[in-house]
Amino acid sequence: MDPIDPGTRPLVDPQRGLVSREIFVDAQLYAAEQERIFATQWLFVGHVSQVRRPGDFVVSRMGEEPVLLVRDVDGALHVFLNSCRHRGMQVCRYDQGNATEFACPYHGWTFDTKGRLAAVPALREGYFSELELAHWGLVEARVAELKGSIWACWDAATPSLDDWLGDARIWIEEFFTVPDAGAGELELIAGVQKWTLPCNWKFGAENFSGDNYHNVSHASVDQLALSPSGKTGRHQYDAIPQKPVLQNIAYASTGHCGRGALYPPGFDFLSAYAAVPQLHAYYQRAYAGRQTQLGEQARFVPHGGTIFPNMSFSNGRTSIALWHPAGPETCEVWRFYFVPEHAPEAVKDHLRRYVIRYQGPSGLTEEDDMENWNLAHRASRGTIARRHPYHMAMGLGHEMAVGSEPWIARGGTVMEGVSEQNQRGYYRRWAQLMGAL
Amino acid sequence: MSAVDNPALARLLRVREAEEFLYREAGLLDRREFSAWLDLLADDVRYFMPLRRNVPSRAPGDEWTREGQDIAWFDEGKDVLAMRVTQLHTGVHWAEEPPSRTCHLVSNVLLVDDSGPEWEVHSHFIFYRSRMERETDLLAGRREDRLRVMPDGLRLAYRRVLIDHNVLPIKNLSNFF
Ligand code: FES
Ligand SMILES: [Fe+2]
Repeated sequence: MDPIDPGTRPLVDPQRGLVSREIFVDAQLYAAEQERIFATQWLFVGHVSQVRRPGDFVVSRMGEEPVLLVRDVDGALHVFLNSCRHRGMQVCRYDQGNATEFACPYHGWTFDTKGRLAAVPALREGYFSELELAHWGLVEARVAELKGSIWACWDAATPSLDDWLGDARIWIEEFFTVPDAGAGELELIAGVQKWTLPCNWKFGAENFSGDNYHNVSHASVDQLALSPSGKTGRHQYDAIPQKPVLQNIAYASTGHCGRGALYPPGFDFLSAYAAVPQLHAYYQRAYAGRQTQLGEQARFVPHGGTIFPNMSFSNGRTSIALWHPAGPETCEVWRFYFVPEHAPEAVKDHLRRYVIRYQGPSGLTEEDDMENWNLAHRASRGTIARRHPYHMAMGLGHEMAVGSEPWIARGGTVMEGVSEQNQRGYYRRWAQLMGAL
Repeated sequence: MSAVDNPALARLLRVREAEEFLYREAGLLDRREFSAWLDLLADDVRYFMPLRRNVPSRAPGDEWTREGQDIAWFDEGKDVLAMRVTQLHTGVHWAEEPPSRTCHLVSNVLLVDDSGPEWEVHSHFIFYRSRMERETDLLAGRREDRLRVMPDGLRLAYRRVLIDHNVLPIKNLSNFF
């Protein structure tokens, strides 16, 4: 029986908003995901600030596979499978550094920063000079860059990164725009958090796509003044007195999703950073710049989203999570944190400390998410559990082509307030790629 | 001559005092007496646990992320530690609700420097966590502490927790180390 045949098992039912538990726990489906999703889609692999100089490299991952992000001696970016073409040994075992070559520790095949096989021990005596070095360079993925973010894709038939992102591209552009919408870039704060989450990789991706419904998860941290507003709440914007209309935007053809908040004109954005004078001053200037750049549209504040399949971004607490598959029951999470490169040091420091106490496995907020995803997964494994799909039908049938403001969705569908529209869009795309629709 | 007039014995007593501080602290954490644990911390305490990278042995400089500059597992003071304790007491902090059962094993305690108002004390630890029915987690590492000598006893003034993990093997760090 084909594990994916939609006739035998409806895995995703977008019309009813149902998603089978099998897709989170079944080993055959997990294996198929590696081929049909992770080997075909663009995947975020890193940021330019990790590889500024020729020879800089950093380890990354694409799906389950270790890759190397390298800037070659001439300045071009490459993403290589971190596996020797001879007999598979990982050619680089350091997390980051600067190198002119990667020498395999097993038998010594040596690759240059362009991935070319440059030296082979015993080439003459062992291989009789018959080894065609040009055919045995490192396996290389396509690479593309968008506003400092670096993406890679194994499949030559997949559209360009721009076309693949489609209308969701603006979320990535916005994410990598500094707060005043002016010149300058984000820079990565050194250190990528990596940890093991005992649940399927899709739980995190789906949650960040648009789960404005899960405040109960954060009932404890919401009793504390975690944010730089000085007021109770985990988000800095919880302190803004005017209540926004939440916006969920789903892009049907790509599975990408974004979410944000539309504030009334003249809202008091500064209360979000009121407890920290340096942040208050910085965001006061930044918001003036943002209004100059964006006019009326500056009152839409993006909160985050998920780029299908496994990259989630959080605006404000400027961070990217990658939900790497590591077996059907295990996700390896990587979290990258960013600050505006030209912000004053005190601003960078306050933002850094806010993200550390908010997100990641030690963050007062994310700790509780992971408990929920872990045990949701565990309770979904049994024979009986698998007969009963997850309910993701909130707001089904109420999606709008245009929300409160026509310029927000731009190519997506909108739902305001709490909704599971984005999750449905995410799983519809999953099902399309898996051949399960 | 009383024991404390003998420098070697006096030092031994300080070693014992430092050990006892660490063991008492571990006991408070494992019995979930978090407010009492907070009282052992100086008001200006710094609590830091860096990330650990795989780097060449000949260039160890990049192994740890830097305090006050880079991303860490923890880089905070008493205000945030107190928030964590408040969160533990809410009854709706799901990562620790129902509570984990923990066992902090502290060993290899070394009084590295006791010449000033803050003693430098190093120790190793194994942190064991049992959660729900069968979840079992282990973390191992070292700690570099500074214990401040106060009239009414020692206070933790600084802690650097050096864990032996690159990819953290557990889902969250909802405990103290
Ligand atoms: S596996 Fe790399 S040289 Fe043999
Ligand atoms: Fe959450």
